[in-house]
Amino acid sequence: MDIFEKLMKLDRRWVFLFLIAVCVVTYAADFEIPVLVEPEVEAIFNFVDTLPAGAAVMIPIDYDPGSLAELHPMTYAIVEQCWRKNLKVVFSALSQNAPGMADQAIRDISDSLKVEKEYNGVVYPPREIVNGVDYCFLGYKPYPAIIILSMGQNFRLPFPLDYYGTPLDSLPMMRDIQNYDDLACVIDISGTNATDYWISYGQGRYGFPLAIGVTGVSTAQYYPYYGSGQIFGIMGGMLGAAQYEQLADNPGLAKDGMRVQWSAHMMIIAFIVLGNVGYFVSRIRARRGERR
Amino acid sequence: MDFSTFLWTTFAAFLTLATYSFLYKDNPFYKIAEHIVTGVAAGYFAILLWHNGLVPKLWFQRIDDGDWWWLWLNSSKPWYLIPAILGMLMWTRFSKKYQWVSRWPMALYIGISAGIAVPLEMSNRVNKQLYDTMADLNWANFFGQGTYAMFDTTSGLSQLLIVIGVVAALIYFFFSKAHTGLFGGVAKVGIWTLMIGFGASFGFTVMARISLFINRMQFLGGWGQEAFNASGTTPNPNYSAWYQVFFWLLALLVIGYAAYEIVKHLRSRKT
Repeated sequence: MDIFEKLMKLDRRWVFLFLIAVCVVTYAADFEIPVLVEPEVEAIFNFVDTLPAGAAVMIPIDYDPGSLAELHPMTYAIVEQCWRKNLKVVFSALSQNAPGMADQAIRDISDSLKVEKEYNGVVYPPREIVNGVDYCFLGYKPYPAIIILSMGQNFRLPFPLDYYGTPLDSLPMMRDIQNYDDLACVIDISGTNATDYWISYGQGRYGFPLAIGVTGVSTAQYYPYYGSGQIFGIMGGMLGAAQYEQLADNPGLAKDGMRVQWSAHMMIIAFIVLGNVGYFVSRIRARRGERR
Repeated sequence: MDFSTFLWTTFAAFLTLATYSFLYKDNPFYKIAEHIVTGVAAGYFAILLWHNGLVPKLWFQRIDDGDWWWLWLNSSKPWYLIPAILGMLMWTRFSKKYQWVSRWPMALYIGISAGIAVPLEMSNRVNKQLYDTMADLNWANFFGQGTYAMFDTTSGLSQLLIVIGVVAALIYFFFSKAHTGLFGGVAKVGIWTLMIGFGASFGFTVMARISLFINRMQFLGGWGQEAFNASGTTPNPNYSAWYQVFFWLLALLVIGYAAYEIVKHLRSRKT
C-alpha cells in the first residue's frame, strides 16, 4: 500500500488527534492574527457608537450554553460599549437555557465597568451599573414569535415583571419605554431560529432597525437579509465577534481565539488538499490499471 | 474561587474531557456527560416554565389548613382559565380513549400560528427577498466601493451575480426538461452557485466547531491556572491541596479507562 492509498484509508481519529494537537500548540503560542473588519460588522459598531447618551438599545440574548463560545464575546463587547457610552439596555432571553447565562453576563460586564478603561483613545471613568436605571432584564417567556409580536404593543404584556420579579413600571428606565418605538435599535444575538422571528415578526411587522449576531453555522443563511436591508448589520460566529472586539478596542475571548482558528483552518485545508490528491491519484492509477 | 465553586468547575472540566472522549469512541464517560446535559437541560426548562409561565398567570396560594396546595386563578384575569383548560386538555394524549380531545387545543394553536405566520412570512421572507433580487441595476456603483469592493453587496456586479445565480439555481431544479444544450449549461451554472453557497456554509460551520473547541481550551486553561496556582508567582490565597487531589483522582480515572481500552484493543488484534 503506497502513501496515496494510505491517505485514502487514514483513520479519521488521526485527523482529530492532529487537529487537537495543532489547536493546543497554537493556543499556547503567543502571537496575534490581524483581524480585518467587514462592513456588515462595522455598521453595527458605528450605529451604536453614534447613538446619543440615554438612548435605549434592546439586546435579546437568544442562545443556549452550546453557542456561548461564539456569541458570548459579541454580547460582552456590545453591552460594554453601550454602557460605556451611557446607553440603556433592555435584555430579553427567548431561548429556554439563556436566562441564567444572560444574568451571569450582565453581572460580569457590570463588574468590568467599575474600573476606568481607555477604548479607541477615549478614557471612560468607572461607573456603577444599576438595575432598572442602566438596564432592564425581561427574562424568558416561551413561544418567541408571540412574545416578539406582543412586545411591539407593550413590553408589559408578555413581561409584567422583570426577571428579578420587579414590576416594569417601577423601573425608572422603563417608564419611558413602552414598545419598540422607544428603542434606537434591536441587536439580536442568537443561536436559535429566534433570529427568523425577529426578522419576520419584529422588524417586518414594526419596522425598527435590526442587527443580528449569529453562530457561524447559520451566518450564510442570513446574508440575504443584509442585502435586502431588512437587517443593518450581521456578525457571524467567532470571527464576527473578534471583528467587533477589534472595532471596540476591547480584545476578549474571540480575538484570543483567532490564532487557533487560523491554524486549524490551515490544517483542515491541507487535509482537504491531501485527501483530494490521494483521491485523484488513486483514480488515475485505477484507470491505467483498467487499460492494461 | 471558593472550594465548592472549584469542585463544580472541576466537574465541568471533567465533563468537557468526557464529551471529547467520544472522538475516540463511544464510552461510559461520554454517556455520563450526555445524560447529565440532557437531564439538567430538561429539568431547568421545566422549572423555568413553571415560574415564568404558570405561576405568574395562575396564582398559586397555600391554604393554611394543613399540607394541601390549592390552585387559585388570578382573579384579575379570569380569561386565563380558557388557555389553562386547553393546556390541560393536551394531556389527554396519554389516554387512548380520550386522546381525540387533545386535537382541540392543537387545532387552536396551529390555526392561530398559521394565521399570524402566513402573511408575515410571505411579506418578509419571500416578497422582500424577491424585490431585492429584482432591484434596478446599480450602474453608478457597478464595481463596488470600500476595502472589500469585490464583495460590496450593493454594487451592480453583486446584483447581477445574484440574478444569474438565482435563475440558474432555479433552472437546475426544473426537471420537466432534459438538462441538455443551453438549458443544461445554465443548470450547470446553477449547481456551481449551489456548491459555492454550500462551501460558504461549510467554511462557517468549520469555524463554529473550532470555536467550540477554542472555548473549551480557554475554559480548561483558566481552570488549570486556578488549580495549579499555589506555587506560582501570584499564589491563590484560597488554594487547598484538595484541589490537586481532586484533579489527580479524576485524571487517574480517565487514564485508567484509556489504558483499559488500549489493552482491550491490543488483545482483540492478537486474537
